[in-house]
This record gives sequence, C-alpha cells and structure tokens, in this order.
Amino acid sequence: MAGRYYEKRKLSSEIKKNEDEDGLSVSEVAQPEDPFKGSAPIPEERKSLYKRGKEFPVDGIKNKKLKGFLRNTKKHDKAAVNQAARYELLLTEEPGYIETAEGEATWEIKQREIADAADITSASKYFELRLDQFGPYSVDYTRNGRHLLIGGRRGHVAAFDWMAKKPMCEMNVMEAVNDVKWLHTENMFAVAQRRWTYIYDNQGIELHCLKRLDQTLKLDFLPYHFLLLAANARGFLQYLDISQGQIVSTINTKCGRLEVLCQNPANAVVLLGHYNGTVTMWSPNQKKPLVKMLSHKTALRSIAVDQTGNYLATSAQDRKLKIFDVRTFKSLHTWSVPAGASHLKFSQRGFLGASFQNVVEIYNNPCIQPPTNPYLTHKLKFPASDLDFCPYEDVLGVGCADGFVSLLVPGAGEPNYDSFESNPYRSKKQRKEWEVRALLEKIQPDMISLDPFQIARVDMATAEQLQKDKEERLGFKQESPKFEPRFKKKGRSKSGNVEKRKRKVRNEELRKKIRSEAEKNNANEAAESQMEANVITKPLEPKSALNRFKKKTK
Amino acid sequence: MKVKVLSRNPDDYQRETKLDIHKVYRNYNPALHPFEAPREYVRALNATKLERVFAKPFLASLNGHTDSVCCMCKHKQRLNTIFSGSCDGEIRQWTLTNQRCIRALPAHTGFVRGITCAPDGTTFISVGDDNTIKHWTTDALSEQSHNPLNTIVTKTLYTGIDHHWKEPIYATCGQTVDIWNDERSEPVKVYKWGTDSVNSISFNPVETNMCVSTVADRSIVLYDLRSSIPINKVILKLRSNVVAWNPMEAFMFTAANEDHNLYTFDIRRLDFASNVHTDHADAVLDVDYAPTGKEFVSGSYDKSIRIFPVNGSRSREVYHTKRMQRVFTVKWSLDNRYILSGSDEMNIRLWKARAAEKLGRLAPREQAAADYNNKLKKKFAYHPQIKRISRHRHVPKTIYSILKEKRTIKDSMRRKEQNLRAHSKPGTVPHIPERAKHIVTTAIKDDDIDEEDSLV
Repeated sequence: MAGRYYEKRKLSSEIKKNEDEDGLSVSEVAQPEDPFKGSAPIPEERKSLYKRGKEFPVDGIKNKKLKGFLRNTKKHDKAAVNQAARYELLLTEEPGYIETAEGEATWEIKQREIADAADITSASKYFELRLDQFGPYSVDYTRNGRHLLIGGRRGHVAAFDWMAKKPMCEMNVMEAVNDVKWLHTENMFAVAQRRWTYIYDNQGIELHCLKRLDQTLKLDFLPYHFLLLAANARGFLQYLDISQGQIVSTINTKCGRLEVLCQNPANAVVLLGHYNGTVTMWSPNQKKPLVKMLSHKTALRSIAVDQTGNYLATSAQDRKLKIFDVRTFKSLHTWSVPAGASHLKFSQRGFLGASFQNVVEIYNNPCIQPPTNPYLTHKLKFPASDLDFCPYEDVLGVGCADGFVSLLVPGAGEPNYDSFESNPYRSKKQRKEWEVRALLEKIQPDMISLDPFQIARVDMATAEQLQKDKEERLGFKQESPKFEPRFKKKGRSKSGNVEKRKRKVRNEELRKKIRSEAEKNNANEAAESQMEANVITKPLEPKSALNRFKKKTK
Repeated sequence: MKVKVLSRNPDDYQRETKLDIHKVYRNYNPALHPFEAPREYVRALNATKLERVFAKPFLASLNGHTDSVCCMCKHKQRLNTIFSGSCDGEIRQWTLTNQRCIRALPAHTGFVRGITCAPDGTTFISVGDDNTIKHWTTDALSEQSHNPLNTIVTKTLYTGIDHHWKEPIYATCGQTVDIWNDERSEPVKVYKWGTDSVNSISFNPVETNMCVSTVADRSIVLYDLRSSIPINKVILKLRSNVVAWNPMEAFMFTAANEDHNLYTFDIRRLDFASNVHTDHADAVLDVDYAPTGKEFVSGSYDKSIRIFPVNGSRSREVYHTKRMQRVFTVKWSLDNRYILSGSDEMNIRLWKARAAEKLGRLAPREQAAADYNNKLKKKFAYHPQIKRISRHRHVPKTIYSILKEKRTIKDSMRRKEQNLRAHSKPGTVPHIPERAKHIVTTAIKDDDIDEEDSLV
C-alpha cells in the first residue's frame, strides 16, 4: 500500500515537467521566443474607473495571519479591477457623435438635418406630437428608456411605448395635473393632480388615491429604495414606500413652496431649490436638511445632479448657470445664459440639457470645462415645460405647451446597458423576474445618507467605544455606578439607616473628588509659579521723551 | 457632416426562439451600478436569513444496534463504509449510500472498546472487554466475513486501539501502550510512564511515527515509535477523553477534556494551549477533525454535537435532537460532507457538515450563486444585525441554563479577581492567560531540552 502511494506521486511530478506555466503541454521541439511576454497592459485611466476606495497599506500590520489575509484580498481586488477593465473590449456598441465639416458649428445644425443624416431607425426617433388642447406637458421615461409618459396640465395623461409607437393608455383625469412619474416598472405610474396624488395602472385604471400626498407639485422616484417622493405646495416633503404602501417619512421643510426638486442618483438624497437661492439636501431619516448651501443670490429656477452623483448644475433668476461639486460643495464653473434655465437635466453620458423659455440648449460635458458654446440647440414655438433624457438612447424628450417633441442628441445615451440593471429589450417574464429580485434587494430608507458606502466602512466611533468598554471590563475596575447598601438584619436596615449609609458613601466620594481636584490645582499652580520664576522680568523704567535715543538692549 | 445616433438592432438583443436562453449583456461601469454597498448588505442579510431557513442538518438514522454505540471507525479507502461497536459486543458494518447495515458480528462479550481500520482497507481490528484483539476482514461478502481472521487473547484489558497510517503496525492502550505488529501475537514494544491506565490512543496521519495517548492521571503523553521511551507529557486540570490529530498540520492535536472544553496543542509547545474551545455544557467525549484540517466536530455528554473552527474558541454550529442521548462517538466523513454520531440512543445519526448546504450535484449557476452568497456572508459577518441572525441557534433548555450559569460564574470570578488585583500590591496577582490557565505542568520544559542535548 505504501508503495502505491509513492508511485502515484512520481507520476504527477513527471507530468508537470512537460507542461509550461499555463498548464498547456509543451512539445519537446524548441519554441520561438514570445516578444510580447505576459498579458497585454491596461491603461491606468481605464483601471481607475473600476477602482473603489483607497489602497490599504498592509505593511504596518503586525498580526501575521491578518497581514496574509489582507495581502491575498488585495491581490484578488487587483485581479478583479483588471478583469473589469479588460471587459471593455467586449462592449458591443459605440456612443453617438457628430462630425462637422470645417467652419461648421454643431449648434447651428438643425434637428431635421441630423435626422436626414442618420439612419432610418434613428430618424424615426425624432418626432413631434401636436397636442395643443390640454396644456403644457410633463414628460417622464421609464428607467430602461422604453416607455414614455406624458401629462398635460389640463388633465390629459398618456403612456406609450415610444420606440414602437404603441399606445398603452390615454385618458383625461378631469383635474389639473402637476407632475407625472413612472414607478418601478411600466406597469404603474403616479400622477400628481390638483388635490391628491393618484396611482394608475398602465391600462389607465386608478389603483390608489393617496390623500396624504396632497397639493403635490413635484414627484420623484427612488428606484432602489422603492420610495415615491412628493414635494408639496405647502413645504412638505413626503416619502411613500410603494412596496409596502406606507408613508415612511413626512418632513416639514418650512421653506415654502417646493417647486424645484431633484434627486441625486448616487446616494438617493433629495435636493430642493428655494426662492432665496439655497439648495437643501434631505434624507428621510432627519427632520432637518442634511446640507444647506447658498448657490445663488436670487431665486433658483432649476437644479440637476448627474448620474455619477458628482456634479450639481443650478440655474437661477440671475441668468447664471453654475456647476458645483456635490461632495465638497464648491463652485466649479459659472457661465452666463440668456435667462434662468427653467429646466435642467443631465444625460447618462454627462450632457446637460437646459431650456430657456422656448429654446432648448444641450451642453457637451459642461462639468469638465465651462462651455463656450452649446452642443446643440432647438427652438420651440412655445416655452418648454419639461425635459427628460431617454436612458440608453440618444434622445431628449421635451414637453411644451403645444405637445411633445423628441429630439436627437447624438452621444447623450449610454450605449451599453447591463441586463441585470435595466434591459430595454426585456420580455414579460424577464420583467417579472427582475421585479421580484429588485424587491428582494430593496434598500431600507434608514440607509439613505450622504455617503452610500458608509455601511461597508468600519464604524470607528462604535469600535472605539467598544474597545474602551472591553478595557474597562477586563483590566480596570469600573466606576461604581450607584451604591446599593447591603440589607442588614435585625432592624438595622430601616429606611433612615439606609439613607444615612448612602449619604456617607456619597459624601466620601465627593470629598475624594474635591481632594483630587485640589491636588491638581495645586500642581498646576506650582508649575505656573515655577515657570514664572524661570522668566526673568525686566524692571520697569520711568518713561521719558529721550527714551527713543537710547540704544535698545536685548 | 457625419452623424451617428445610437441605434440598436433588436435581433442582437432578443433571443431568436423560445427554446433559447435570454441574451445577457453586462457593463461593469460603476456609474450603472449605484448603491453597491447597501445592495450587497441587503443581499448578505437575505443570504443569512435563508441560511437559517434551509438549515436542516439531520439526514438519516442508522438503526440496528441493541445497545449504546460506544465506538466507530471509518473505512480508510471507501467513503461509504463505517464500522460501529456497541456496548453489548456487537460490531456492525454500515453502508451510508443506502443507509443500511450490511453485516452484524457478535464480536465480543462485553463492551467493544475500540475499532480501527488498516490503511489498505482490507482488515479491521477490534478490541473488547473480554481481553481479546480480533482481526476481521472488511469484505462483507467473503466466506470469512463471519469469523475473525485472527484472535489474540491478552492478559490485560485494553481500552483503545489505533492503527498506524502507513505500516502494518497498531497500538493498543490499557495499562500500558503496546505496539503490535500485524503478524505477531505479542506486543513488539511497550511504553509506560506512571502507573495510571491509558484511556485512548491516536496515531498522527502526517508524521506517521508519532502517537498520543490520554492517561487517567489527567495527562496527555506523546510517543515516537522510533524511540524507546515516551517523548513528553502535559498534565491538565481534568482528564482528557480522546485526542484527535489535525490531518493537515502535522504538529497540532486537539484533546477533548472532562472540563467541558477542548484544547488544541502544538507538540512543540505543550505548556501553552494553542486554543481553548469552550461551548459544551458537559464533558466532551469524542473529537474528530474534518479532512480539510480547518474544523473539527466534538460530541459531548450533554447530548449535543458541536462543530468548532480550529482557530476560533467558540463553536460555529450545534446539533441536537430530543431523541439523541449522550453522544459517545463522532466522526467526520472523509469527503468533508457528513458527520456521524453514535450515542446512547442505540443508533448512529448522519448529519450534514454544513447545515444549509444543498447536497448532490449543483448546476454551475447554482454553484455560482451559492459561492456569491457565502462570500457576502463572510464580508458582512461582523455587522451586528447579520451577526445576530447567523449566530442564532435553538439549544435545549438544560444546555441553555447550564451555559447561562457558567457565564455568570465566569463573570463573577473575573470580577472577583479584578477586585483582588485592585486591592493587592501591584504585581502580586498576575494575569494568567486563558490558554495557560488549564495546564498544570509539562514533563519536559523548553529549558530542559537544551540540557538533555548536552548530555547526549
């Protein structure tokens, strides 16, 4: 038996000699030298996109097992970053662009020209819906960019698949409509009507009438938390959990009419713009704003936060457009615009859409450097009433007083989507599976804070407190909390006697405290007097007018 | 003017027929995946909760014995065969694939004290209260299966037996530790240190010449077959019942002690336990290592089985049933999947080593999902909510109250020691670490070794 064990071992070692480092068998004929040994190098900018957090220095750790474990983890992290960076090769689509001839400027190009120059499917994405009866329209696209919801001020609400031009529902709610918003899928949407907020099915059937969300001016939806936000005319901000149907939090912002609302997609914090030029950030866990920053000196007209959660664009009555860094609250760029932009929206690739009365301007990457000229412009007949970029498509939807127009913006949409996040081409079964999985992963509203990665970090404050508690428990005697005198028999534990004993202990502790403090004071005074004694003070000389001619001695 | 507007061909993104799988496109850009940390946390929470939901470790009960099962032995070559001996002298051979007994042998009159299997898997040897050592064949279908191949009648009673992992040598323990050769009927070598009886013996699977025994004078004695005298001895406060060697680390062993603890030692440093494993509520009767060398299982007199990690002091899992009585013997199967326990209840129970694991062949997606969930659980294991859920186990009332009492006793003793230290001259009450507290002494201390070398 022992012989057989040794035999096996020899065989495997013999095999290994005929393999090269990758495990592929190598023939005995001499192979030519590989001039490009190893794997292809990856540029640092690509890798930096996939890195998360700072590198942890492993050298200072004394515990060998922990050091080895952390080193191993670091190796795995690097491999993961490299793999993610290499995967970019496999992305199939490229973003859109406009290449102009010499002398031609992109902002002079009309939509009709773009539609003619692009292919036929793209040309069909530029369309106009003339609906002049029912007032200025609010616009919303679903998260996967497939379905479109428009709501006219005079009550006309319509939902349709805009790519296939297939209508889903169309109705008139017989009331003023302030805002419309899709919920998590294309099955439900919320309409902020004159008195209350209603939730409808995609067939137009009224599912819920939310009387607590009254006089809502603006709606928004937090997709990963399943929270519907409603900003009130009376200054209330309400969060409704649509999976449970309960209002999570009602906040009285005390800031007047809330008309300017925007969501930070990276950390689910709500930004409100006020008439005094301040931008406040709210979370459902606190009744006071998380951050209050003064962005303009005049009333804010609109705000927008980009997809990565890094930049904030604000526009106010003072005809300026400012870009702020959301994390440091510093103003990055400012430029003048013809009027305060009534609507601002960021696209997935960082394009900023702004509407100034009846002109819609789109800026190309305004966060990196302030634009001298817009990328594209479009003139409407009536002022724009809402803007929304379509996710994963190069399309900007504009709602105006006489209907809806869909504009082509080459390069605005993210070309490669992730099927597990949002899939524009999903089937009914895929949508159902996605919905169940999303509900299982629903994040609780009490995790909303300015830093979304907080939960993965070490809670240093609690750790320190625990460490202190442990030291106290194991090493040192705790400070005696309350003195409970022992019960004595034979009538010696009458209440008067117990109180006397307690008083004795209390006075003794007080005396100890005073004694120690007195000692400390004495020690301090002694130290001070020592210091004074060391300092040599010069005797004061009588002042005379001739002092200025005397030589100054050090 | 050249313009490119994003346009996708739906045929590239949708499946062709109903029989195909759906097309999946990935983009790992973090901008498309917000809230990574909170979503991972929620997934970890769900995974922990589901682990508790699916934690159903009991698989089967092997019935057949008519008295409590007091010793078990794994077949060294086959995964599905075990031998068990009971207190009425019967030895049964079980096949775990069908969970049936394939052979019942009336081996001894009196207790079967120990069974061990030869490393080539052809024979097994049993030792009993009738002063005999019997060699049997493991093949249940041969003609010789009902009678022992060899019977050796001895003068003294033997209480334990173990086989060398490579050579045809086995050792028995009783009054002394005797080393036998397969062919001889007299012990080849005899080791004796002190006058007390030796309870159990165990050979090292890696460093095959070493073995360790537990003696009734609360000591654990180390032997090397190449020397004529035992090497070293460590004396604990209470007696150890069984010792198991770590199959991956040649120099580590774990002793199951009467004081409700298990002690892991490094043979190079016997004066300081490498780890003290506490969680049992009564004497620990048996211990066996997993083939990975990272965990071990222990059975105790308190009717429960606990699984401990090697480098931790608290158990990660506890198995108990109302029907299972005092657990005399536990074994961890060699494919790292199952745990066998033999108890006073006259049957052997088959458990899963990881209670929430799905048995059988997993599809690659299932395996990927299980791996992902396990990694997430490890990542967020220290979060209070997740820790609370993953640690939660129901434990019988007797064990719960005993452990509660032990905790109170421990806390009050610690408090008293602190008070004593606070009111004594600094330095008179030293801090003794937990790992050294339970050890009385060792025979050969580190300083002595240098002296010995100089003598030689």
